[in-house]
Amino acid sequence: MKASVIVFPGSNCDRDAAVVLKSVMGHAPAMVWHGDSELPKSDLIVLPGGFSYGDYLRSGAMAAHSPVMREVVSRARAGTPVLGICNGFQVLTEAGLLPGVLMRNATLRFICKDVLLKVERNDTGFARHYQEGEVVRFPVANKDGSYFADDATLDRLEGENRVAFRYCDASGAVTADANTNGSCRNIAGIYNKTGTVLGLMPHPERLADAALSGTDGTKMFASLVEAIH
Amino acid sequence: MKARITITLKPGVLDPQGKAIEGALHALGFGSVDGVRQGKYIEVEVAESDPARASAEIERMCEQLLANTIIENYAYELDAA
Amino acid sequence: MSGAAGAAQKAEAISDELVAEHGISPDEYAVLLKELGREPTITELGIFSVMWSEHCSYKSSRVWLKTLPTTGPHVIFGPGENAGVVDLGDGLAAVFKMESHNHPSYIEPYQGAGTGVGGIMRDVFTMGARPVANMNALRFGAPEHAKTRHLVAGVVSGIGDYGNCMGVPTVGGETNFDARYNENILVNAMCVGLIDANRIFTSAAKGVGLPVVYVGSKTGRDGIHGATMASAEFDEASEEKRPTVQVGDPFTEKLLLEACLELMAEDAIVGIQDMGAAGLTSSSVEMADKGGVGLMLDLDHVPTRETAMTAYEMLLSESQERMLMVLKPGVEPIAERIFTKWELDFAVIGKTTDTGHLVVRHGGEEKADIPLAALAHAAPMYERPWVPKPKQETIAPSDVPAPDSILGALEPLMGSPHLSSRRWIYEQYDHMVMNDTVQRPGGDAAVVRVHGTEKGLAISCDVTPRYCSADPHEGAKQAVAECWRNLTATGAKPLAITDCLNFGNPERPEIMGEFVGAVQGMAEACNALDFPVVSGNVSLYNETNGVGIPPTPAVGGIGLIDNIDDMTGIALKSDGDFLLMLGEQTGHLGQSTYMQVMLDRLEGAPPPVDLNAEQRTGDLVRTLINDGAVLAVHDVSDGGLLVAVAEMALAGGKGVALEAGPDNIPAHAAWFGEDQGRYVVAVSPGKAEAVFRAGADANVPVGALGTIGGDTITLPGEDALPLATLRAAHEAWLPDFMAQG
Repeated sequence: MKASVIVFPGSNCDRDAAVVLKSVMGHAPAMVWHGDSELPKSDLIVLPGGFSYGDYLRSGAMAAHSPVMREVVSRARAGTPVLGICNGFQVLTEAGLLPGVLMRNATLRFICKDVLLKVERNDTGFARHYQEGEVVRFPVANKDGSYFADDATLDRLEGENRVAFRYCDASGAVTADANTNGSCRNIAGIYNKTGTVLGLMPHPERLADAALSGTDGTKMFASLVEAIH
Repeated sequence: MKARITITLKPGVLDPQGKAIEGALHALGFGSVDGVRQGKYIEVEVAESDPARASAEIERMCEQLLANTIIENYAYELDAA
Repeated sequence: MSGAAGAAQKAEAISDELVAEHGISPDEYAVLLKELGREPTITELGIFSVMWSEHCSYKSSRVWLKTLPTTGPHVIFGPGENAGVVDLGDGLAAVFKMESHNHPSYIEPYQGAGTGVGGIMRDVFTMGARPVANMNALRFGAPEHAKTRHLVAGVVSGIGDYGNCMGVPTVGGETNFDARYNENILVNAMCVGLIDANRIFTSAAKGVGLPVVYVGSKTGRDGIHGATMASAEFDEASEEKRPTVQVGDPFTEKLLLEACLELMAEDAIVGIQDMGAAGLTSSSVEMADKGGVGLMLDLDHVPTRETAMTAYEMLLSESQERMLMVLKPGVEPIAERIFTKWELDFAVIGKTTDTGHLVVRHGGEEKADIPLAALAHAAPMYERPWVPKPKQETIAPSDVPAPDSILGALEPLMGSPHLSSRRWIYEQYDHMVMNDTVQRPGGDAAVVRVHGTEKGLAISCDVTPRYCSADPHEGAKQAVAECWRNLTATGAKPLAITDCLNFGNPERPEIMGEFVGAVQGMAEACNALDFPVVSGNVSLYNETNGVGIPPTPAVGGIGLIDNIDDMTGIALKSDGDFLLMLGEQTGHLGQSTYMQVMLDRLEGAPPPVDLNAEQRTGDLVRTLINDGAVLAVHDVSDGGLLVAVAEMALAGGKGVALEAGPDNIPAHAAWFGEDQGRYVVAVSPGKAEAVFRAGADANVPVGALGTIGGDTITLPGEDALPLATLRAAHEAWLPDFMAQG
């Protein structure tokens, strides 16, 4: 399996993603600079977290127009799995690969803490090692993490079973209290129509190491390795 | 020419920053405040003297990058100076 | 008058007022004239004013700082470089420093605090280290003060936005509220980096004829002080009121970090220095002086973002995110390619010379020509008069009123501004990025794994200003000891400290007495605990209208954990385990949080620190941790024993059934006294006996406190206190306070 991690100016979770990918794949992913228009042959493309272009203008807006993204978009449309984490999710929405937009958190503050997520479906390459309805713990670390789309789009996403994760409580209940950033319908992550592009605000790569007080994120990467092989 | 571009959230899009500003204005005693929406203001210098061509250029900038038209509207004025 | 510089600018008269506005005393100006052999140009006056400022020259503090221990077997670089460096073994070293950004943070909290964080990170990566952890020590005014909420909000988001964008975790810190900081808040930022011990970069520009290169952001008029800008000539030249607030750009700093580390991997750099306070002036003087060379700068090549900047402005600008480098000959193209890739400015602005002078040209004119020795070594040094602070009486426990019930007092204590949870703050900091934060904020010390190894670095920032205010000597000792203790409580071997010495006006003998007392106390503790000072910063004149801050010698320490599998945290783990206390208990209530919160007063001598007992107890605790004998460890500090137990209970979500306290100490003094050198440890029942024995062997008192279990804290004869009630009180204060805006 070959994975590529795209590095934008201001990406800062690129190394974290690479470390986890290496631990599950057994070899390091390619680190691809945003200015490159060439993208190596990849079975998985990861857009990492961080503050591409300082999140100036809008989070992810400028990175979405960097040279390498044209190639990422065309690979994604051709079916290559793409995982956008945090800033990577913001880039995916700005690039038009996923609908909606990530807005300022309802608290207006940066939020860094573990959150609980309900796994909405497990029939994708990203989630096959999870159970449907399982409650998992991933950290969030963002200021612009509140998912917004108009009602028609949200209805369509739900109708097409494209919600990947929702913020929930320990029992799996999707409540207003569990919705730490004010996302529409508690949405933490969504898929494209084919379930091959996933964008999510929480960081699965941050709890994928026994020394870091949790390993719920490991399953996502293990799922991908199994799905791609 | 100089373009003065104003980017605002579309009506109906949640604006937590605007809400916070409204709350702060109320706290300061501005009881008449009946809604706040915040946005962005951007100045762009374009090396273009023809207003029609400059307008077309600015619109493309707004559509492609400066505004996210899912949630934002934009408006601009051109300034020959 | 000699030299072209003097001739070119003869017209600019240097009046007594202009000299005074530059903060140069008449005596200092006499020295300046002697060193220069003529009247300075306005540009030269500006250069002297920043180099001889308190900030750059440490003129009031240097004579005392020299008395601090700065060496040790693991110290690679002590004070004098951008940051201290200590050996971690296996070819790795830690680079760290703490610095103040107090006044800028009061004026503009968001930018002031952010640029403070940016500056300290530059100090660390200038040496070639990748920053791996940030910490901060914050002191705000009283919660009731009108500005406090605004300052807390701005400082916290400023620190967060800068560190978060950089992708360096902010792993902890401490926050105090005290009315004496109302007009003078303190923002002390610490950064720790990791480096290959064989690839450490310094600022010395050794070699003649080498290119001097400017990289990073463009130069604007940021941070040029209003007072030094008051001359008529400059007012005429300025179209707009010049800003004195530096604005941070963490995105550019992130690019600068990556570009510098990429260039450092090449064999290209002779010396490198960040442009921090006093910008281009102090960085160039520092590099030339350390390298033993002269320097010629041509300011026409400095990238600027404002028009018509004068030489004076370019030299004194404190624009952020800039670096000065001296490169090996012929490698400019390699460096330029890297900086262009990262979309940063790159300009050759001068070269090293054999003149021993700093020569500055601008617009074809020579604007300055100063012997470097005059700037670096002729700087004034004062032995300012000082009077020691009178000692206060020790208050007997029986003279301090007791509460109605012990557990009844615990709840308001834990919910007070002084002891309440700092979650509202640290959740705004990305404390997990880099995936090596193995102990998150909220414990004794944060621990970051040394990337790619099983080692851990424990990091802690400490000082107790109310103790220092009562007794600067004992308080500073306590700051060092508490930091050492916090590191020890994770199982780390404490290695070294950085300090940030925040005081009032040193020209007042009683303030200078506080400074001297604190330095002496620090030196005593550092010597006793083998805990040298490897870097630091002094911030004086923190006072308004003659009201100074409490002496605040903040200490930032690091310690090494050989294997993170062996480390301990504060969270209680298993029902049925025993809770024990190690260390001597006398029930010292003077200057305690109990007095402050429950009686609304602070009186008496602070608790004394017995450094021999400190070392004995700490060494025993570390041995017990390494042997796997204890499962959770917490030091006893603010609020005393019961607060330590409560914090462990909340962290683990487990209750504790406490036994009655000792007979010979009043109960409130036993539970809330702040005797130093103590730890609470959790042990499995099978190991308790061994801990008692080890204590007896090491001459460390060990006492049984109670048994872990349930969801309440209980004491014989008192109503049980549910953890949920305690947690609600502990978590509520800060968010409630901030929401009142």
